[in-house]
Amino acid sequence: MADFLINTVGLPEWLAWGITAGVAAALILNVIAGGALVFIWAERKIAARIQDRLGPTRTGGRFGWLQSLADGIKLLAKEDLMPEGADGMLFQLAPYVSFCASFCAFIALPFAFDFVGQRLNVGVFFVVAVLGLEVFGVILAGYASASKWSLFGAMREAAQVVSYEVPLGMCVVVPVMLAGSMDLVTIAEKQAGWGINWYLFHDPFTFVIFWVYVTCAVASVNRAPFDLAEAESELVAGFHTEYSGLRWSFFFMAEYGSMFLVSALAALLFMGGWNGPIPVAELLGLSEGTGDTANYFVRLIGCFNLMGKATLGVLVMMWVRWTLPRLRIDQVMTTCLKYCTPIAAAMFAGAMFWQLALPGGVMRGISRPAGEIREGWLEGPGGRAAPRGATVPAAVVPSKKLAQVQP
Amino acid sequence: MLAVINWHSILFLVFAGLACAFAVAVVVADNIVRMAFYLVLALGSTAGLFFLAGAEFIGAMQLMIYVGGTLVLLVFGVMLTAQAPFISIKTSTNDRVLAGVVGAALLAVLLQAAFSVEAWRRPGVGQVANPSATPLGMALLGVRVDDPPAGTSPSLVRSGYLLPFEIVSVHLLVVLVGAAYLARAKRRRTPRGIETADVAASGGSR
Repeated sequence: MADFLINTVGLPEWLAWGITAGVAAALILNVIAGGALVFIWAERKIAARIQDRLGPTRTGGRFGWLQSLADGIKLLAKEDLMPEGADGMLFQLAPYVSFCASFCAFIALPFAFDFVGQRLNVGVFFVVAVLGLEVFGVILAGYASASKWSLFGAMREAAQVVSYEVPLGMCVVVPVMLAGSMDLVTIAEKQAGWGINWYLFHDPFTFVIFWVYVTCAVASVNRAPFDLAEAESELVAGFHTEYSGLRWSFFFMAEYGSMFLVSALAALLFMGGWNGPIPVAELLGLSEGTGDTANYFVRLIGCFNLMGKATLGVLVMMWVRWTLPRLRIDQVMTTCLKYCTPIAAAMFAGAMFWQLALPGGVMRGISRPAGEIREGWLEGPGGRAAPRGATVPAAVVPSKKLAQVQP
Repeated sequence: MLAVINWHSILFLVFAGLACAFAVAVVVADNIVRMAFYLVLALGSTAGLFFLAGAEFIGAMQLMIYVGGTLVLLVFGVMLTAQAPFISIKTSTNDRVLAGVVGAALLAVLLQAAFSVEAWRRPGVGQVANPSATPLGMALLGVRVDDPPAGTSPSLVRSGYLLPFEIVSVHLLVVLVGAAYLARAKRRRTPRGIETADVAASGGSR
């Protein structure tokens, strides 16, 4: 986009790069903020339906579409309170710390092949590292509020998040090992093709470890049944007891942002990323190298796939939240240390040996190993140079298209 | 005219300035949690410097280990040992002077060392075209895939880092076992026999 602004529009270079960066940042911000609006409405509706109620029905039409907007306006109008004994600076900064951590992780998250803020060759590692920082904002909030409830909530959250990072890390390592790369783009591209190429179905061990990942992901973003940090039956509201108005809503946006993030990470690592269960773009004959418009269309489909999978993950988290009762703190720790960690370790070893013995995965005979499909253009400069269509069999791509593609 | 500005240098200065400013703030602050907060920001700025230099693996490592791990542990330590809310640490003037002298001496030594290396004065030496963490990971497994520097014998270059890696792992394991031993619930004798401190604490609220 910067090239376009410089060469076609004729803007000076610094302005073009500035605009490009601004657009990217604004897009990511809108994914979090707009996502939070939609998810809050969805959460209200899902909670209501699970509890045999209707939920919001009047604000903005029949289904209460505008309920989140009304909530937002209410939060804006609220007085921004701060307890007298609080540590003012930390109290005011804590929500932004949480939100920034959530936001930063999105920078390295690819939405489609090159719809990514900054492609890092250690993308997985970066996302997991930054995600762990969100807890720092919560600890600051709990400490700076000068309230026993907040401090207890923050301590619980710290203990829980630090513990769950261990099995979470082990789960994340398995797809990294299978793909041979920590680059999220490469990991997702290796799962291209039909849905059976996903690492979820790579072998029995990855199937099990996916569910361990789901458990750990729910725990690490503090959703029920692991929301001990804000257990309202014991701790009033936990770490955000003393917050109101917009600062409180920043915590919520960070929480919904993180939920979306871990779901998108699950989609990228285990469920093929932007490759749908059915390779629509490939069946339509649109492949890399058939022209800029086609490329863009393929990416849009990919983006739609990834967002769909991530939204599905968030909805499952809501379903779990309103279905299961909250665990006790010792049960949370037991789940992590006595179940998730050993299972993850065993599955890690299992997936490693499976990969040694049968490198193609369990569906090897049925479908083409995904690694062979796009290897060529992954390695090419800028990722676009080698056309993928050249390696796609003629049965899939109409021969006219193929003739155009081949050099 | 603005087009010729070297954005890399400007960003470098921004991150370096932030890192230095927050490092000074760590020293100046007297509330221990604020110190931790400034330390997070200083270390985060350092990670930013690493990302700017294209060393993404080290940058993510910095975030994970220093910013994440160390500071969560620090905050844990503070909260478990704090007797009163908002503990503050007042530094005496003597300590400040002493720390200043030591810091200045270290800075002088480091500056001298940094500017005396001939190779670091030329820009762009030793740049890798497509940086990746793979050679590092392979080297940790004992296989060197990067090219050996000229003039060294192959047997020395090819050894990798497997032995140091294993030694560090065993060392960490020993530390973990030791920590678990020190932190386990102490058994003590009561009229009813031996019970753990846990049971005694939860059973008798007194």
